[in-house]
Amino acid sequence: MIDTWTDLLPMLPELFLLGMVNLILIAGLFIDERRRGLVHFIATLTLAFAAILTLRDFDIDGRVAVAGGMFIRDGAGDVLKLFVYLTMGIVFVYAKFYLRTHKLFVAEFYTLALFSVLGMCVLISGGNLLTIYLGLELMALSSYALVALDRDSPVAAESAMKYFVLGALASGLLLYGMSILYGVTGSLDLSEIATRLSSGEYPKVVLAFAVVFIVVGIGFKFGAVPFHMWVPDVYQGAPTAITLLLASAPKLAAVGMTFRLLSEGLEPLARDWSQMLGFLALMSLVVGNFAAIAQTNLKRMLAYSTISHVGFVLLGILAGSDDGMAAAMFYAITYALMTTGAFGMIIALSNAGFECERIEDFKGLNQRNPWFAFLMLLILASLAGFPPLVGFFSKLYVLQAAINAGWLWLTVVAVVMAVIGAYYYLRVIKVMYFDEPEHEHALQAPGDVRVVLAANGLLQLLLTFFVGSLTALCVAAWQ
Amino acid sequence: MIPLSWWLTLAALLFCISVAGIFINRKNIIILLMAIELMLLSVNMNFVAFSRYLDDMAGQVFVFFILTVAAAEAAIGLAILVLVFRNRRTINVAELDTMRG
Repeated sequence: MIDTWTDLLPMLPELFLLGMVNLILIAGLFIDERRRGLVHFIATLTLAFAAILTLRDFDIDGRVAVAGGMFIRDGAGDVLKLFVYLTMGIVFVYAKFYLRTHKLFVAEFYTLALFSVLGMCVLISGGNLLTIYLGLELMALSSYALVALDRDSPVAAESAMKYFVLGALASGLLLYGMSILYGVTGSLDLSEIATRLSSGEYPKVVLAFAVVFIVVGIGFKFGAVPFHMWVPDVYQGAPTAITLLLASAPKLAAVGMTFRLLSEGLEPLARDWSQMLGFLALMSLVVGNFAAIAQTNLKRMLAYSTISHVGFVLLGILAGSDDGMAAAMFYAITYALMTTGAFGMIIALSNAGFECERIEDFKGLNQRNPWFAFLMLLILASLAGFPPLVGFFSKLYVLQAAINAGWLWLTVVAVVMAVIGAYYYLRVIKVMYFDEPEHEHALQAPGDVRVVLAANGLLQLLLTFFVGSLTALCVAAWQ
Repeated sequence: MIPLSWWLTLAALLFCISVAGIFINRKNIIILLMAIELMLLSVNMNFVAFSRYLDDMAGQVFVFFILTVAAAEAAIGLAILVLVFRNRRTINVAELDTMRG
């Protein structure tokens, strides 16, 4: 219950975000095209201030429940939110250049993107089935509209339609699971549900039904096989700036949602859902890596690579332990930073009439621009998981957690798949360094994109020195 | 009073019809949108039935939120539908296949 307004203070960053999105929504109507950079500036500033407000009361061990347990503020949620703000800030820099050159630079992009950030934050903090559902929908509905941002592109419209139908189906399945869970336990509050389930008096079959529906819903949102049909089409069809957005921050929110639903709400049923997640992880690793080999479009290849990385994240979650969740969170954070780099590179190499999205477009990049080729090398090698880059350590921690939880065979499969996956990353590297350039499109990326891209690429190397402190942060957050 | 299981069976039937509508339908996107609406409504029926039999208001409050979100979802779905039609002059599901692999 809310007694005084100070009780709302833990959700101050979200309230601030809400206020600013509405402001940008209205201001966007009056700011003409020449001064649209102002909207970009305000949106970036909003993210920065939301991060400052989050850091202000940051307490890694704290746990505050607001509005009768609807909204939960804790260390793990705060860490996830801070990285959501960071990745969105990076996304905004890349997106501005892309949207400008493609004549899509509209204020709606910022409104919708920030609404989706708000959805992610609510989702990460949801302590009640209702808040989880609303956060999820706020995030998803904004993403559907963003995919269709380019109104004159037939492919974008088609992929938006696919994304919409499958996304709506996923939330329908999730909701059905939630309704059964509510019927069995008689509560919508996740900690209340966990208490009632641990008493052990419930119809097992009906509840297994609910768990299946909830896991399927989560699988859809993550894009895990066999619920991955939308991922490649949406990644390929959406404007690259939007693909960049969809590929990065929502994965962090999905980890938050899985944590709230499965390890807080359905904790007493951990045996059931970790079996199901094991199946999803296995399928994602196999299908994602093998399908990626066959791709010629880099965006589509990265989509399948996302699916295989989701397999790794699930591997951490299914361990069910605190260490497993910490490893999954670390993986999602580092993955978000890698994937922004990879899509950022596609954006930086694209021009007004030229989309640098096929693998052969990267031919001879080393001769055209050695610095960009080196950055792309770092990012791809990190995605493949080569030591000493950060991608190696994130894989290592996830595998460690899975072994500790007794999933040895799945770990072996994961390692084999990671080796197979290295092939398609290496192919792009080979094309960049050993082939002759086929086209002479000049690099038009402005200074801010170059600086952020350099930071993003070098981060794969530099983060290695901070792996210890970053994992310590993740582990502390889950304790 | 009608037993709870009757309501749940009806809701499950509606849910199955809607899932079948999404997967079997190969003709028209509008039917897909209708199937999605039906799916949300079947969930609503579950919530209301449980709420009545558990004697707990929270389930009915949830239904109000689902109805609101469903309206927003339908609006966005129809907007995308218009976009698809404007760009491709067809709303046939089977023709939405330009991307492969």
